[in-house]
Amino acid sequence: MSKLVASIQEAIKQCGLQDGMTISFHHHMRNGDYVLNMVMEVIAQMGYKNLTVNASSVFDVHEPLIGHIKNGVVTNLECNYMGGKVGKAISQGLMENPVIFRSHGGRASDMEKGTSVIDIAFIAAPTADDMGNCTGKYGPSACGSIGYAFADAMNAKKVVVITDNLVAYPLVDFSIPEVYVDCVVAVEQIGNPAGIVSGTTKITRDPVGLKMADYAAKVIEASGLLKDGFSFQTGAGGATLAAAKYIKEMMVAKGIQGSFGMGGITAYMVDMLESGCFKALLDVQCFDLDAVKSIRSNPKHMEVSATQYAGVSGKSAGVDSLDVVLLGATQVDLDFNVNVHTDSNGYIMGGSGGHCDTAAGSKLAIIIAPLTRARLPLVVEHCLCVSTPGKTVDVVVTQRGIAVNTAGGKNVELKQKLKEAKLPVVEISELKKMAEEIAGVPKPVKMGEKVVAKVLYRDGTLLDTIYSVK
Amino acid sequence: MRRSMLFIPGNTPNLLMNADVLGADSIILDLEDAVSPAEKDSARVLVRNALKSLQYKGCEVIIRINPVETEYWTKDLDEIIPLKPNMIMPPKVNGAQDVKTVSEYIGKLEEKCGFPKNTVKLIPLLETTLGIENAFQIAGADERVAAIFLGGEDLTADLRCKRTKEGNEIFYARSRMVCAARACGIDVYDTPFTDVDDIEGLYEDARFAKSLGFSGKASISPRHVEGINEVFSPTQAEIDYAHEVMETIRIAKEQGKGVVSLRGKMIDAPIVERARQVIEMEKAMFGGLEDNE
Repeated sequence: MSKLVASIQEAIKQCGLQDGMTISFHHHMRNGDYVLNMVMEVIAQMGYKNLTVNASSVFDVHEPLIGHIKNGVVTNLECNYMGGKVGKAISQGLMENPVIFRSHGGRASDMEKGTSVIDIAFIAAPTADDMGNCTGKYGPSACGSIGYAFADAMNAKKVVVITDNLVAYPLVDFSIPEVYVDCVVAVEQIGNPAGIVSGTTKITRDPVGLKMADYAAKVIEASGLLKDGFSFQTGAGGATLAAAKYIKEMMVAKGIQGSFGMGGITAYMVDMLESGCFKALLDVQCFDLDAVKSIRSNPKHMEVSATQYAGVSGKSAGVDSLDVVLLGATQVDLDFNVNVHTDSNGYIMGGSGGHCDTAAGSKLAIIIAPLTRARLPLVVEHCLCVSTPGKTVDVVVTQRGIAVNTAGGKNVELKQKLKEAKLPVVEISELKKMAEEIAGVPKPVKMGEKVVAKVLYRDGTLLDTIYSVK
Repeated sequence: MRRSMLFIPGNTPNLLMNADVLGADSIILDLEDAVSPAEKDSARVLVRNALKSLQYKGCEVIIRINPVETEYWTKDLDEIIPLKPNMIMPPKVNGAQDVKTVSEYIGKLEEKCGFPKNTVKLIPLLETTLGIENAFQIAGADERVAAIFLGGEDLTADLRCKRTKEGNEIFYARSRMVCAARACGIDVYDTPFTDVDDIEGLYEDARFAKSLGFSGKASISPRHVEGINEVFSPTQAEIDYAHEVMETIRIAKEQGKGVVSLRGKMIDAPIVERARQVIEMEKAMFGGLEDNE
């Protein structure tokens, strides 16, 4: 027996795709992904209409989606993150139906709970055998972890594995087992590994970014959480990576043995693992090729599914054991609500990813962002979009001051500790005032009437609505 | 009280906006070498507007103007002086006359603006062989001169030698400047360490400058500020001793005693002055934060 089929077209036929169905993709190849475009091209040629595309993230490389939306091939779009190119088109009212945004944890859990039903999952697999055992760790297009694809594989009605590195059965060290897979397609190339590296995986040299990183690291030190057993997650932004470097230096200097690092994994987290800062890395996706190399060779660098990383459908998730997470923001409001979906003009240019999951799960959720960008203040009265509720955010770090969220009587002790550490603690309203003194008070952004996206919280409830840009 | 002085190019809006958060005791907003002739006008306007709209809290502001032999320096002062910067840094100062020329022009502008005389201080930049040989005259040239500053890069070009990390070639200039400044009772600042990535080297260079008697050191990179501050900060033992001295003096005054001693050593005027400087430094060490609370 073999599940190998001759072409993507053949796989689509065999899985019984019909108009109006939902198909899914993962984004582990990030901006180097060829598979979503490849499959959609075939689907469009075959004449299907009214499909829902559920992609864990939509990157700029997926710009051809705009054409498929215009032609009626795709009439619904669901994702956890959306790059600026497709985002702009959506914000301008490209689609009839609103985009559904979830978090990384929420997407996997909604599939597991059955509230998000996938008819066919197309899984880009850097290495697979002909029965569908597959992994991202090996092959010419290796992307490391394929943590976001687990929920798709386990819950979709039909599963197609698409690979450019077909190996003899059985694949050694598989991630997703054959039991979930209906058919396997071999193609010439599933993606360009160079595209895995996002533009923000280098430590910033910008002195303002370094200043914020220094403050963030000192906040963590002063919080008292930086001790044996410490667990930590950071994104791939330049300033958060610099903070990770400072934290590593503190851990090494004090001989602190942490427990785990988690999330999208970069070379810097790998370096922390190898320097003995952590017992293990829990890796849901690799942000650069050093991380890919490490997950392949270091048994302490472990692949986890999105559910285990950040879901709410399991009995627990990694985020529930997380001490500290460092996160970015385009806007923060006076209630500490954070926007990572839209820019200051209201255009979609991002998404939660694991933002709200980690903020909710961690003991200390730190937002790190410059007080002004160009001429726009970070802190506003109300965010244009609430991506992460303020009640899950603990601290906002800027280059000019640090605000602690003490609403509901929490973090009072933390605030005192930061003051004792001589950090520049101010109220969030003071940050807003400072930003406006520098940049002026921006004119309110007037949004259009049309609902272009709905933002679902990790538990599936509606968190906010994004309107079109006028 | 300044340990570190950080150069900020006058044509970089993002850095100008954030110059006061980078940890330096003083910032030098540069209209000279960092700005090409084609950009002189725009940088001058940018720096003027920055001074007008930004507060630069807890941070001394110095403007490096263009040299007196150029056509720009009077325009620089015309725009900048009305905004009352703490200090002006004239570069390539060769002798006392250069200082007097700049000081007189500032004096006229101060009068026009209704500022008290000598509101704006001077920190001449000595970076020519002639300037170094005239260091004492420059340091004592005018009441406005509050400090002098050594520029090692231009100086080594003038000396016709290579600028090295070890800095043997500027040893004479360093010593001569410290001596000149101290003879005139003013502060003296060391040239920047130019290898941005060599933090270890920066520490070594700063420690050496401190050992020669420099008050502090300039930097062209924000990454060097922390090291410079650390090296030129008093140690905890020095701080504790300074407080002890001041406390002893206070008690002695209360008791009407003239001569006092601490740990068997008589406290004379220089010891009190040193203690006062140390306490001032201690306050400046956290950006004056204690004072805000």
